[in-house]
Amino acid sequence: MADTTAAPGVIAAKPHANENARWRIIAHNAFPFIVVLGLWEIVARTGVFPPKLFPSLVTIAETFVNLTARGILPHHVLDTVLRLFTGFALAAAVGVVLGILMGRSRRIEDIFLPLVSILAPIPGLAYAPLFLLWFGLGNKSAVLLVAFVSAFPIIFNTWTGVKAVKEIWVRSAQAMGADDRRLFVKVIVPGALPYILGGLRLGLAQAWRILVGIEMLAAVPWGLGWMIFGAREFLNTDVMLAGVFVIGVLGVTLEKLVFQKLEEFTVMRWGMVR
Amino acid sequence: MIALSDRARSTLRATVTIAIACAIYEAVARTGTFPPALMPTLPKVWNALWSSLMDGSMIGHAAGTLYRVLVGLGIAIVVGIPLGILMGRFKPIENFFMPLVSALMPIPSLAWVPLFLLWFGLGNTVAILIVFYAALFPMLLNTWSGVRAVNPLWLRAAGAMGADEKALFWKVMVPGAAPFIITGLRQSFLRAWIAVIGAEFLAASDWGLGWVIFDAKEFLNADLMLASLIVIGGIGFAFERLVFGSIERATVQRWGMVRMAKG
Repeated sequence: MADTTAAPGVIAAKPHANENARWRIIAHNAFPFIVVLGLWEIVARTGVFPPKLFPSLVTIAETFVNLTARGILPHHVLDTVLRLFTGFALAAAVGVVLGILMGRSRRIEDIFLPLVSILAPIPGLAYAPLFLLWFGLGNKSAVLLVAFVSAFPIIFNTWTGVKAVKEIWVRSAQAMGADDRRLFVKVIVPGALPYILGGLRLGLAQAWRILVGIEMLAAVPWGLGWMIFGAREFLNTDVMLAGVFVIGVLGVTLEKLVFQKLEEFTVMRWGMVR
Repeated sequence: MIALSDRARSTLRATVTIAIACAIYEAVARTGTFPPALMPTLPKVWNALWSSLMDGSMIGHAAGTLYRVLVGLGIAIVVGIPLGILMGRFKPIENFFMPLVSALMPIPSLAWVPLFLLWFGLGNTVAILIVFYAALFPMLLNTWSGVRAVNPLWLRAAGAMGADEKALFWKVMVPGAAPFIITGLRQSFLRAWIAVIGAEFLAASDWGLGWVIFDAKEFLNADLMLASLIVIGGIGFAFERLVFGSIERATVQRWGMVRMAKG
């Protein structure tokens, strides 16, 4: 009798405990931000620094809402994201294909590996003036530079991944009568995929870092990098900080939503990585 | 024997490829399809490199850039390693700093340039701070994971053999985390090297390799731009191979923490 009355109680308590734990995690993560933002607000209010240079959080939030409501911020975000994905898609297409070719063919490897190893270690932004000279100010230079720079980690990782496919898998597939196409689709691509995804991830992170810089240099009409750099002229520190905030949110979103999901759907499901 | 000839063959192929790439570039530059100011011939690039090295200006700029990188990196090391160790050892510190780190890390260091420019004006401070920001996170995160990766068995064994807290730290934790810390140092340097060029573009002072490139663009001196690119690539390569290679040999390889590279 006592058991039957106790059981619903336990079941009812469980979700409640879960909820509590979740709140505790949220509070844990929020606490440091509250401290830092609180300090910021206190410093801003004391007026040690001119409010134009050190705006209070309220001002920043107002600017953020205002810019969003007027559609300016969404336009900047949209252009930045479009540029990011155009450049990244170019890099991914070229990088994966070249990486696979380099991994499969000794001759192509001999041709491209030296070039890639010389060009890759030079900081991406150092190419920016050259691209600006060759392709002019504006979108074309920005997208091409993003593509160029983010292609390197993709090429390297794809190449490593294809080389890391175990010889024995290839031979056993061949022994079981797989033709070239099936060998490629069923063995080489899945085998190299963890590396390729790693490369894409690095490439996207690289693209993201370069994009913000090149938007400041290439004088594109819209884009978050340009927004925060342009705000300097008018001492709009609040616009800058709102922009940096959006950049941070986009960065976290890229990492969490795009790649973790992609990884879950492919390599984890195939059991390639734990 | 086979491995050696394989290697020699690779070197030969690499040389041939680079020679062909240079020849194609030279041929295109000579046809004059593109204005020579935008696509200078290789002898012109070589001349620009040689004369700027000889009159000492390139060396001065390289020294300026290196100074900024090393100071920024130095501050990142001084902050990143102790904080990483503390985060790895003490849960409350980890709980406090980890959310902040994961929120700040995805913000590219260059996004801070406009703000820092307003706060600190043009010049060295901005470049050094940007380098610091770029270099801090790899240093911090690698140290943190290094400390956490120290085998608890080693700690307990050392404790059982009577090591006090100080000996435990210097004899077990630091060597145990060293491979991670050195990886962090490497990544930090690469990040710093990338960031410093961007910071020098935007926070233009009047020296530094990034500034040379950007200034050369204004005067359409593509030869000087390419020459500085060569210098930038060369310094990056030298640091990666010589400095970090020898740090690794002197520490973790000697302690047997990582295997020697094959070959």
